[in-house]
Amino acid sequence: MINKSYDEKTHYYGKLWIWTAAIVFVFVPISICVYYNAWPPFTSVLKGLLGVAPIFWTVGAIEVITFTPMLGTGGSYLAFVTGNLTNLKVPCAINAMEINNVKPDTEEGEVVSTIAVATSSIVTTLIIAIGTLLLGTLTPILNSPVLKPAFDNILPALFGALGVVYISKNLKLAVTPMLFMVVLFVTVPSLAGSVGILVPVGAVISILMARLLYKKNII
Amino acid sequence: MNFNPNSSFLYLVAAFVILFILVQSLFFLIRAYRRGKEIGMDAKKLRKTITSSAIFTIAPAISILLGVLTLSKFLGLPLPWIRLSVIGAITYELPAATSTASALGVSLSETITSPTVYSAIAWVMTLGILPSTILVPILLKRIQGGLVSIKSKDSKWGELLITAMFLGMISAFMGMVFSNIRKGLPGWIPIFVMLFSAVLMAVCGLFIRVLKVKWLQDYALPICMIGAMVFAIIITPAIL
Repeated sequence: MINKSYDEKTHYYGKLWIWTAAIVFVFVPISICVYYNAWPPFTSVLKGLLGVAPIFWTVGAIEVITFTPMLGTGGSYLAFVTGNLTNLKVPCAINAMEINNVKPDTEEGEVVSTIAVATSSIVTTLIIAIGTLLLGTLTPILNSPVLKPAFDNILPALFGALGVVYISKNLKLAVTPMLFMVVLFVTVPSLAGSVGILVPVGAVISILMARLLYKKNII
Repeated sequence: MNFNPNSSFLYLVAAFVILFILVQSLFFLIRAYRRGKEIGMDAKKLRKTITSSAIFTIAPAISILLGVLTLSKFLGLPLPWIRLSVIGAITYELPAATSTASALGVSLSETITSPTVYSAIAWVMTLGILPSTILVPILLKRIQGGLVSIKSKDSKWGELLITAMFLGMISAFMGMVFSNIRKGLPGWIPIFVMLFSAVLMAVCGLFIRVLKVKWLQDYALPICMIGAMVFAIIITPAIL
């Protein structure tokens, strides 16, 4: 179990940072409104929000429940500020714990996951910053049609390698959610846009299956 | 006042936010590193974790940068830069901007010139994603408490639960890769890329376990990912 006092302190610092971050986030639109004296009509913000908030608030809440157990305390407080969880922070933390042979929710797992998320956040921020500053030079390269297929396929490239490790280790557990998702996406391709919603669906199916197999002593 | 979405004021705001993110990340990095040493973890291993995480991050980070480029066409650079350095992601910011623009009856085909439209978009982007940030301090302890009580009752099931959750996430994304197969051969490209990446990982596994190439373990994931992306560049023109 994680050392109480260190973990308590992580919660304390984490809360301090995350609430400050929330203030910093809100400071951005406020500063724009004040500086340009351009407060948008409340109704237009509300209308814009209505188009995205129902889905993104739900996905956000689900992501908190699904990913915090994998990321640990420090990793969670940081990853939910720096973002890009499914395509970067969660695979990065899980991969780092796998390499170090440690499990989430242990002292070592907490350290490794936080280091992975923090490093990944720093590198991402730096790459975006350098990229933004060198945009003139980089735009033609990044937008070149030759490279396009590489970035179009970044998720299959990531989840193929990550998937084979976890599926081969937990074959019995993985079969049902995998089959369900493949059949679902082949039948209803338009769901690809709402994959965020389907992550918890996959998690619930996977947990129910795990429970069943565990009770029957199959795993 | 004349509005320029690439003004130095907006760059200043961006620099402030980026600095905040960097300081917060450094704070957690140093703290975790010290803690690792304190509980007797090998410093070499901790440093390797930093290197391997950094290398793994490069390709996804460049793809995030592409998101900044996409949004910058109508929002200028500073706002997309801010949004994609914090909790935002292109999959969220683009619909948020589109939804607000259509609510205001504005087209996103060219750079925004109205500060009111710009600030409305900034508000929607911010408020739409804020709950996932503020839910963490509210829910984290409760979730962990729940996990602790599950683990104390049955530790094997506690571990299985986290593995099952992760498999659920992987299966959703792997399932998504199959969403275009009814479009014929081009729809199969992502599947070929995924399979190539999986095969590369299996080969890496052989090298690590059988031939004892230990260093490969730390870099296997980025190697497979970039290898599969190169594979995508090669097969896409051949198929299309």
